[in-house]
Amino acid sequence: MRSLPPWITGTKMKPTLLLLLLVFAVQAQAQAETLERTLANGMKVIVKTDRRAPVAVSQVWYRVGSMDESNGTTGVAHALEHMMFKGTKDVPAGEFSKRIAAAGGRENAFTARDHTAYFQTLQADRLELALKLEADRMANLTLAPEEFAKEINVVMEERRMRTEDNPQARLYEVLMATAFQVHPYRHPVIGWMDDLKNMTAVDAKRWYSTWYVPNNATLVVVGDVDPAQVMGWAEQYFGVIPARELPVRKPQEEPEQQGIKEVTLKAPAKLPAVILSWQAPRLAKPAADWEPYALEVLAGVLDGNGSARLPKSLVKEKQLAVDVSAGYDPIARGPDQFMVDATPAEGKTVAEVEAALKSAIKDIQDNGVAGSELSRVKAQVLASQVFQQDSLFYQGMQIGEWETAGLSWKDRAVRFDKLKAVTAEQIREVARKYLIDDRLTVAVLDPQPMPADAKPQAPMMGGDHVR
Amino acid sequence: MSAKRLMAFLAASLVTASAWAGLDIQHWTTANGARVYFVENHDLPMLDLSVAFAAGSAYDTADKSGLANLTRHMMNLGAGDLDEQQIAEKLADVGAEMSGFFDQDRAGFTLRTLSSPGEADPALAVFRTVLAQPRFPEAVVEREKARTIANLEEAATKPEFLGDKAFQAAIYCGHPYALPESGEPATVAKLGRADLADFHARYYRAANMTVAIMGDIDRAGAEKLANGFAADLPPGEAPPPLPPVSELSLGVEQLIPHHATQSHLFIGQPGMTRDDPDYFPLLVGNYVLGGGGFDSRLVEEIRQKRGLAYSAYSYFMPMKELGAFQIGLQTRRDATDQALKVVRDTLKHYLADGPTEAELQQARDNLVGGFPLRLDSNRKILEYLAMIGFYQLPPDWLDSYPKKVAAVSRDDIMRALRARLHPDTMVTVIVGGQLEPEKGQK
Repeated sequence: MRSLPPWITGTKMKPTLLLLLLVFAVQAQAQAETLERTLANGMKVIVKTDRRAPVAVSQVWYRVGSMDESNGTTGVAHALEHMMFKGTKDVPAGEFSKRIAAAGGRENAFTARDHTAYFQTLQADRLELALKLEADRMANLTLAPEEFAKEINVVMEERRMRTEDNPQARLYEVLMATAFQVHPYRHPVIGWMDDLKNMTAVDAKRWYSTWYVPNNATLVVVGDVDPAQVMGWAEQYFGVIPARELPVRKPQEEPEQQGIKEVTLKAPAKLPAVILSWQAPRLAKPAADWEPYALEVLAGVLDGNGSARLPKSLVKEKQLAVDVSAGYDPIARGPDQFMVDATPAEGKTVAEVEAALKSAIKDIQDNGVAGSELSRVKAQVLASQVFQQDSLFYQGMQIGEWETAGLSWKDRAVRFDKLKAVTAEQIREVARKYLIDDRLTVAVLDPQPMPADAKPQAPMMGGDHVR
Repeated sequence: MSAKRLMAFLAASLVTASAWAGLDIQHWTTANGARVYFVENHDLPMLDLSVAFAAGSAYDTADKSGLANLTRHMMNLGAGDLDEQQIAEKLADVGAEMSGFFDQDRAGFTLRTLSSPGEADPALAVFRTVLAQPRFPEAVVEREKARTIANLEEAATKPEFLGDKAFQAAIYCGHPYALPESGEPATVAKLGRADLADFHARYYRAANMTVAIMGDIDRAGAEKLANGFAADLPPGEAPPPLPPVSELSLGVEQLIPHHATQSHLFIGQPGMTRDDPDYFPLLVGNYVLGGGGFDSRLVEEIRQKRGLAYSAYSYFMPMKELGAFQIGLQTRRDATDQALKVVRDTLKHYLADGPTEAELQQARDNLVGGFPLRLDSNRKILEYLAMIGFYQLPPDWLDSYPKKVAAVSRDDIMRALRARLHPDTMVTVIVGGQLEPEKGQK
């Protein structure tokens, strides 16, 4: 590992279509390839075989993320994730990573708004080690205050690196805090700096004992494994951990927005930036819903490939922006958003770019989309269905994300057909219904000059100071 | 392939996928000099391709810095009879993904497509046209220059970009590896379409081309495909070898003041080549120092013991000529000098005493035991094929990897690290605050 995972806090939506439009070979899975069982203590186990390489991925997904946090302790889900590597009574601090590494494995974890997940990739015949260690830290974490005191500094460095010193990341943070008035999606996954400064081991311990229980977890294994044997290990190691009652989860639903919201962030930067974010539905009933699928295809028409509308119009033809993207991920536990963002070109204003983005949306609301655009997006859906099978890890991710969002991986069965069935008229309809000013939040990065006393200077050979 | 056939395939393939059994790398040279590396695998109905040229930023000159990058970047924005929009549409119509890659040594493209002829043939036709007949339309060149300059100016506000650029400039003083990969705003502004066309004509030639093919195609099909790519290009010749990288003679410290809340530290020197005889001792030795994540001394000292940084690492970047050895971390401004001292002490002790037997065993176990993970997807295999081909490593390089790691002894590591790393003449670049003049300040 050159550095720890770049997506550990998972705050940024990836706008590319291929990440959004992922489809599964469902018929096959329903037969023999994917096996699902729920242990007596409520833990779900899902095993998918893929025998292309003698390798297996294990992922333990907890259905708890930053959206389950409260004011004053934002960031505790992620801080606890760091602490999960700090030892149990049988496996001292740092040993988890050491043992996996000694087995040739790679491991890490990530925290997102909706979930926290821990994963290992190993030679398939060493999988048992990962399961044994994961079960141990599900039940026996030490959470020593002196370890916490050191680790919270690491988390603050992580926040400085990802957010404090990155104007584009801060813009996203400000956008979320503005778009959501009530729902905890308004808090950054990594937490507010002041909450991190005041966090203690007690906060982490409370989090751990509340949420880290088998009835709040899903084990996903993908690879060259014998499903029956994996089920046996799951029973042996996780099955003995007692279930505990989970707190009632309050919905904290976001009230219907009734008018545009606008926010500006001033920060030292060269280029301005603008993000438009509309309140949008999430996928709730995979077989019955159609709007989320239409919004996905709409995102694809806007920015799903090199020929898509937004790069064609704003970057290539009008040359108003140096970059532009659109994104929508329908898989979420909380309220969803449809986003478009752009970086204005030299000499162009945010207002011009924002107007062009809105006019691109209006064009679809008025005139719909062409059949060729629709079929192009569907061609990508078809191809991505094959391409995504190249990665064991990614196959596991898809199962875990659906499960922790409250959907079943089996629901993916209808997904491909639903995407294929999206019509030009449906795209126009969702654009008209959701991409309207009353549901919109606009966040603008207003670039400021670099502070005068610390202006980056052209690096000079020889340096200022030679020893 | 129709959607229905594809679904049928997916249903069947998951049941019958074959067992993994080593890699059969096939290699040949086309009539006009292109090198081809191929692994046949029919588990998934898809095809991955990589075509690379020795045409990275090391082939730029200081006054036209950025030319190599812009040439590669412009090739798929207008080629043959197709304009940029038609190229993008034709690829999207069949769900194919074409991407560019670029570093100091290499420039080129990858293509991922379904292997069925209805999808693969149109995608491959576009790919061929882009390689051989880029047009570099004037208006698009000007637009992309403006975008490149905008991105460079934005990047120049960011500590990680400033630090890396200063680091490369300092360790490669006078060598073409010192040139920034995307150029400078002032040099990019001067480039014209004739420069791009000339660069393409010089470097995008069959004798300077390495093709890697992985996936659902047989040998005859792969030959036809690679020969077709190569035949489109004049044979040309490979560029002369890059000049060797000189050793540093003076330890340089450079502070670039910046307002960020963290200082970014970069410490290092020229390190190793891709075909380095000490590749394995340096690989294993660096695992213990800062390559092995939580197994490494740098992470232990900087992060685990002191909570000074989220990320701390060291690496050797193997290149045609000596690539960088770099230690890096980011820490709050007022801890800059402390973190620097910890890094220097850690390096000094490690070079004096070397790894313990336990550390060495851990490193070997991880690298050997993790070897199958390096080859567990078509994409990873393609990247290895492309690398082995471009750097002309021995065909058994992958096969012998675990054996060579396992054979590395403590003495090998000590000898190689001491011969290679010279803390007294290393470059230190800090972007942010502190270093002695403002010591103790926030």
